Amino acid sequence: MLPTLLAELSAQNVVTTPLTQAVVLPFLGAIVVSLIPRGRAELHRVVALLFAVGTGALTLSLLAGFDRQDSGFQFQVNRVWISDFGISWHLGIDGISLFLVVLSGFLFPLAMVAVAPSHDPKPYYAWLLVLQGGCIGVFCALDLFVFFVMFEIVLVPMYFLILGWGYADRVYAALKFFIFTMFGSALMLVGIVALTFLNRDGVVEANQARVATIQSEMATVQASQGLSGPDTPVDPAIAASLAAGEARIERLLNPKLNFDLVTIAESQTVTDTSTGASPFDWGAARWIFLAFALAFAVKVPLFPLHTWLPDAHTQAPTAGSVILAGVMLKLGTYGFVRFGLYLLPEPSVFFAPALVTLGVIGIIYGAVVATMQKDLKRLVAYSSVAHLGFIILGIFALTTVSIEGGVVQMFNHGISTGALFLLVGMIYERRHTRDISSLKGLQKSAPILAAVFTLVMLSSIGLPGLNGFVGEFLVLVGSFLTRRWFTVVAAAGVVLAALYLLWAFQRVFHGEPDEENADMADMNWREGLVMAPLLVLIVFLGVYPKPMLDRIEPAVARLVSHVENHSDYTEPAVATTGVGVDAPGEDGG
Amino acid sequence: MLASLWQQLSDSPVPIDSVDLAWAGLAPVMILIGGALLILAVDSLVPRRLRPGSYALATVLLAAGAMVAAVPLWQRVQDAERGPFATAAGAIMVDGFSVFATFVILSAVILAALSFDGWLRREEMDGAEPYVLMLLSASGGVMMASANDLIVMFLGLEILSIAVYVLAAMHLRKITSQEAGVKYFVLGAFSSAFFLYGIALIYGGTGSTNLVRIATYLSATVLGDSGLVLAGLALLLVGFGFKVAAAPFHFWAPDVYQGAPTPSVAWMASGVKVAGFAGLLRVFYLAFSTYRLDWQPVIFVLAVLTMLVGSVLAVVQTDVKRMLAYSSINHAGFILVAVQAATAAGVQAALFYLAAYTFMVAGSFGVIAVVSRKGDIGTSLDDYRGLSRDRPVVAFAFALLLLAQAGVPLTSGFFAKFYVITAAIEAGSSTLAIIAMITAVISSYVYLRIIVAMYGAGDDVPAPRTIPLPAAAGLALVISLTVTMSVGVFPGTLASLAERATPVLIPESDPGAVDPSGVPPGP
Repeated sequence: MLPTLLAELSAQNVVTTPLTQAVVLPFLGAIVVSLIPRGRAELHRVVALLFAVGTGALTLSLLAGFDRQDSGFQFQVNRVWISDFGISWHLGIDGISLFLVVLSGFLFPLAMVAVAPSHDPKPYYAWLLVLQGGCIGVFCALDLFVFFVMFEIVLVPMYFLILGWGYADRVYAALKFFIFTMFGSALMLVGIVALTFLNRDGVVEANQARVATIQSEMATVQASQGLSGPDTPVDPAIAASLAAGEARIERLLNPKLNFDLVTIAESQTVTDTSTGASPFDWGAARWIFLAFALAFAVKVPLFPLHTWLPDAHTQAPTAGSVILAGVMLKLGTYGFVRFGLYLLPEPSVFFAPALVTLGVIGIIYGAVVATMQKDLKRLVAYSSVAHLGFIILGIFALTTVSIEGGVVQMFNHGISTGALFLLVGMIYERRHTRDISSLKGLQKSAPILAAVFTLVMLSSIGLPGLNGFVGEFLVLVGSFLTRRWFTVVAAAGVVLAALYLLWAFQRVFHGEPDEENADMADMNWREGLVMAPLLVLIVFLGVYPKPMLDRIEPAVARLVSHVENHSDYTEPAVATTGVGVDAPGEDGG
Repeated sequence: MLASLWQQLSDSPVPIDSVDLAWAGLAPVMILIGGALLILAVDSLVPRRLRPGSYALATVLLAAGAMVAAVPLWQRVQDAERGPFATAAGAIMVDGFSVFATFVILSAVILAALSFDGWLRREEMDGAEPYVLMLLSASGGVMMASANDLIVMFLGLEILSIAVYVLAAMHLRKITSQEAGVKYFVLGAFSSAFFLYGIALIYGGTGSTNLVRIATYLSATVLGDSGLVLAGLALLLVGFGFKVAAAPFHFWAPDVYQGAPTPSVAWMASGVKVAGFAGLLRVFYLAFSTYRLDWQPVIFVLAVLTMLVGSVLAVVQTDVKRMLAYSSINHAGFILVAVQAATAAGVQAALFYLAAYTFMVAGSFGVIAVVSRKGDIGTSLDDYRGLSRDRPVVAFAFALLLLAQAGVPLTSGFFAKFYVITAAIEAGSSTLAIIAMITAVISSYVYLRIIVAMYGAGDDVPAPRTIPLPAAAGLALVISLTVTMSVGVFPGTLASLAERATPVLIPESDPGAVDPSGVPPGP
């Protein structure tokens, strides 16, 4: 069975497409790593790194080969997986997912280099590789089913990473993480299946006109032969054409199920134009959107579903936190863009006010709670809640600029928060505490670490000239057009971010180090090597974000016009001129 | 003397009606029963004890032989020209459904037998009896799956059950095993009585016990008062509900699962459940499809109750066997969701689920049998702490099987759940699909607790212990894991097999058979 399968796969050129490779390579690596005998500890690390770096290189080649003019999906591969259910291995990326794929490509090897596990390296690296494959899979999937499989599969490795290599309270954190996210996605599965059935009904309805045409043509042919209903014509050619007509009608009226995201999104057979505001008047599309939104809101996490996040972050090993904050939270925000705005535009517009509200609450709430944290890692975790609130605001403000800002911010948050978690991990490795009150004056004992921390922190705050500013600025500019007062409140969040991060920095790094903190080792060259690419990106994207924006903008513009076409929403005119797009680059430079 | 008697009979002017049997159609059952009797005979006639493991080997070979005998049947029923057929005067139906169920039941026999081998040796109870009982029980299960007559179904049910009562009580030195056996027997006898009473009522209401005739009668006749038939259906449902451990007929399951020998439980949870659901589908989906609107709501309620009980009560358990007992109740609820759909897709989903579930659950109980200690003890959650260190491969395999039961993608369990909720949504039962997924999340907590015990014990791990892994048990684990994972990635093959395994109702069609209108010969 396996050889025929492999032959089939190679005949269909599935394996030779870069996206399939980028998704499958890490999974393959996980298998290879788990086949290496337990005794060869050093090999596990090397092999795992090879696979992770290889995947990273593949994603960079995607970046290089990406056509910035094309607003559609590129590098597509579309092959049947489960034919009875119309499920196909459909992958493709556009400007929105490109940078998230690249982020997953290079953040994993960095996290692997940065921290070696304290024990059991084999399963550790195997799980990390599975996680990498799953994350890239989510961002590439253009089939609802493939997306769901990947979205769900990332739970397992993260669960085992927290459980196996986490800190004291890891059991509770791992369980909470798994149950929360699984609960969200359970309903999404129902939503996906319901959507495909509704889509099939819609296709049948859309086909009715063609069926009527064929039927009338057939009737004409029959009448010309002087036949009534069931008689078979004598002429075999006419009999054949009638039979073909019957077969066509049969096909048109009984279409297969279809899980293809692009087909369903572009045809928009499942629409909801119910005007009723109360849940009892809603059509199916809105309920389906809610099922999706719940899954994504847990993942983001959106207030009030965020409670798993601080626990999971605090208890996860450093690499786990980096990946969790850097990549996995984006599964939710990306889901909102791709499976909210693109797949279900009308319900997205309908629910946008609610989601924007939750996003803005998240910004303020995350910032306030972060201010009060005693644990450095928890503080960074809560800052994620705030930052992701910005992304949600940007996405559901529904202007080209704001969505663009949200996408940029997804990438930037991955870099700066990933870097922050790495730095906190370094401090913990040296001092075995993350308690802010027991850290003091680290600037004196570890000046390089302090400097790097400063830069990363400033990027996280959103200082102009660093990458964090670009995303936040675009979000605020874009959102101001449609959600003025929300934006005003959100802008206060920027100030709060400065407050909690600077205050924490002050307490940890300033002052005279006491005995315990005095002889803390500074950053070594390996750690420096890990941080270097992140620092370069932080500065480069802050000063010159144009290459990135150029690739994102066409896809976002297309998405916004897609939303406009399929709902009663129209984007305010100012936003499309692109005034805001180039501004941050000039400001920063 | 016999020859002259035969001569007389054939010369006799009065022809004697004899039932024409298509022996090939009964081959799997015959192999199972004949093999069981053969093993029993050999065991009592051979003076010395046979080499340990020979009975297990014989059982596996017999089950495999029965599978081989079923392959031509599958080809025949799938053949457009020959198709499914009824035999034994219309009492046995050989169709895709029955052959598929036969395959699944036989797989369960193989897995349970492999698990029995090492377990029996450890408990110093090696002998032929468990294997004989299991083979007989499996023959009853196959009969249930292919019964075309309620009486035959009852026979199958009883053959299946009585053997399992003994299997549950088999551990002579363990009082809980005795208790499990008695409890299962008493409650099971009750449910059999219900079942029989249901048959009687349905016979009273429709004038037949033959499923084809019942269906024909019900579709041709509008009953002025359908109370008798409905009461009969309700009683049948009690009987089936008991066998598949559906709430509120599930109370025996946790106690029996906990007390009974673990490999017996592997059989109970897989083979018995498959047979029960096969019978349920045959009776309700086929014979009483005209009463669909009456029984669908009942199954709806049963499914919801079963899923809730199975998931919520599993959370508070501390014994792994009890946890899995409740989780198997939850799985039964999922299959009931597919039954409730009462569509071809529903049948397909139920069969897929049963096939996938058989391998998951038999593998899981196989692990429990390995991890438990002599005396069949050591099944509490604490006994699993540090398993990832003591037996990393077993722990990992168990974790994968548990995740499959939770329905994590890339395992067969995910597709099983996916097909079930697809069938439910297609049939318009989105509510049921939502409830099902929520209970799936609740029960995933249970599986995670076991995984946490194995992997997250941390510093307070008990002292390392050596856990012997018998080769046969290892093989069973490899088989179940391979099937679970490969179906999880490429479900197409199993799904299309399940799709073609449609149950059909056709009257007796063998040439030379008795006239269907004639008096059906009693069994």
